Amino acid sequence: MIFLRRQLPLLITLVAGLLFAAQYYVPHPASEQMLTSATKWLQIIGGFALVLGVTSLFHLHAVKIRRQEAGWGYSLVLYAGMLGTIAVGLWADGKESIEGVMTSFGWVYNYMMVPLQGTMFAILAFFIASAAYRSFRARSREAAVLLVAAVIVMMGRVPLGEYLVPLSGDVASWILNVLNASVRRAILIGVSLGAIALSFKIIFGVERSYLGGGKE
Amino acid sequence: MKGQGGEVRRRVRQGWTSPAWLLSLMMGCTGSLLLSCLVFAQEPISTPPEIHVFDTPNDGGGSLTVQWAPASWDGPDVRYQILVGDASSTDPSTFTVMAEFPANSKYLKDTETAWWTRDVDKSWHHIVVRSAKGLEIKDGTSYAVSVATMRDDQRLFTPVIVATPSPDWFNWNQLNNLIIAASFGGLIFYTISHAKRNNIFLRRIPGLDAVDEAIGRATELGKPVLYLTGAHDLHDPSTVAAAVILGKVAKRAALYETELMVPHREPITMAVCQEITKQAYLEAGKPDLFKEDANFFITSDQFSYAAAVDGIMLRKKPAANFFMGHYFAESLLLTETGASTGAIQIAGTDADHQLPFFVTTCDYTLIGEELYAASAYLSKEPVQIGTLRGQDIGKAVILTAIAVGTVLATFGAVTGAEWPQIMLDFLSDVK
Repeated sequence: MIFLRRQLPLLITLVAGLLFAAQYYVPHPASEQMLTSATKWLQIIGGFALVLGVTSLFHLHAVKIRRQEAGWGYSLVLYAGMLGTIAVGLWADGKESIEGVMTSFGWVYNYMMVPLQGTMFAILAFFIASAAYRSFRARSREAAVLLVAAVIVMMGRVPLGEYLVPLSGDVASWILNVLNASVRRAILIGVSLGAIALSFKIIFGVERSYLGGGKE
Repeated sequence: MKGQGGEVRRRVRQGWTSPAWLLSLMMGCTGSLLLSCLVFAQEPISTPPEIHVFDTPNDGGGSLTVQWAPASWDGPDVRYQILVGDASSTDPSTFTVMAEFPANSKYLKDTETAWWTRDVDKSWHHIVVRSAKGLEIKDGTSYAVSVATMRDDQRLFTPVIVATPSPDWFNWNQLNNLIIAASFGGLIFYTISHAKRNNIFLRRIPGLDAVDEAIGRATELGKPVLYLTGAHDLHDPSTVAAAVILGKVAKRAALYETELMVPHREPITMAVCQEITKQAYLEAGKPDLFKEDANFFITSDQFSYAAAVDGIMLRKKPAANFFMGHYFAESLLLTETGASTGAIQIAGTDADHQLPFFVTTCDYTLIGEELYAASAYLSKEPVQIGTLRGQDIGKAVILTAIAVGTVLATFGAVTGAEWPQIMLDFLSDVK
């Protein structure tokens, strides 16, 4: 049992990890073919895993409805939306339009899903404004630096700002291309080293808590 | 010249034929002739004296490489053609034209090759011939190749050279990458073994110190803890790091008997996190408190997920929100909503483009590599701490290389010396 739960997954991780790390250095078509096949496997496994996810979703909301927990009405809406979309999707054979005519499935996607996604994305503008207001109140030295830098960059990035303060364009570019770029690169170097170190630990079984903790 | 010619024509029409005018006419004509000779003087073209045609090294096959030395006639008015035909053909004029370009372009220095894979000088012309309309380059089939030098109607061919493309099993251009990766791996394992024998100091990270505080606050308020693992699936190291930290957070939540909610965007990540959470509750000695549906799937759609999690935040009002892993535009939608509910928020991401949003809306943010270091800080295990030491040494090496490169580039620019550029090229190839 321990072998199946621990050693076998670690062995698979070691072999697969080394194999696909080596794949990066092998330009031969066989190597490319292996990567393509593995990607397809992952897509297929992902498809089956979606069943697992949807089951979890249905179960969670069924419990909410049964117990009539707070907000159980939303769970009903979810059930109606999901089952309704599956029904029209099957009816339309999964096509958004047939011979140029929009199907009911296409209607659901274009007139419900897309506007809802657009609405969520549009809210971002207001959230940026509120987050910026809170951050730029200059209560600390760091916040003051952030405020000054943000004002300069904003001035330099809009035509009116550059018209009023011609120097702001160059200063904004300098802040972005020198200060900002160097800090971003420093972060990326750290991230890359961290990701490589974690990959080594996972491949060689040093880090195994992703299997479910335990140290046996 | 044009003005002088006009004057000549005008004076001829006027019938003025004095000896002085005849003399000036003769001098003018001679001058014009000399100038014309200078303007139209062109070096005769020829074929490249030395041409190399071979299977492209370090590739997946299906291509041939042609190289030849730069010539004195190379310029925008001269063009080169690469011609390919059957191996049995001997007349290049019947070959398929695979590429045509000005003679002052396509050099080896423009390609991404390292000095240990270069046989000729970087100033040589270099072109890789692949399948094109009219001719497919197949592995194992021999092809006859010729280079034509062209100017106006002139077209001169080099002798035909036969080469056969084939795929390779190792990309020697990436040898530096392999050596650096292997060295870094060796360094990590050395520092791990070193950390097992010695105490290594760890600086404090406020964001991780606050984990206990956040879960404690949730316990006091009787509110749940919300933990997100990011937008990516488990192929991304940041999601693995988020899952590892989830184990630590779940253990604390189990000890404090606080409800944990982990909504997911990816079903496989959900399954893995369920196991991690279960194990954490077992280790905390509270297996009875573990709920299967603590980890639940919502949707893989970005904004639908953000809307659902925002709804959970507004309805359940968790007292502590954790945002670990990789995020995109949904980051601010999530954290700003969380901030409006008054929850303690701790974020950790390697997505540099989302860091400003996390910094402005969360109480604590683990920046970049701190996300990967978090499990070491939380567990204090020598194995984990040793890894951090290895990363720090790696960063020191990179910083040293950057500093040396900066000094060399500055010195080269100031003094005009060539040797710094040679060393910079070396560093550039090794990187």
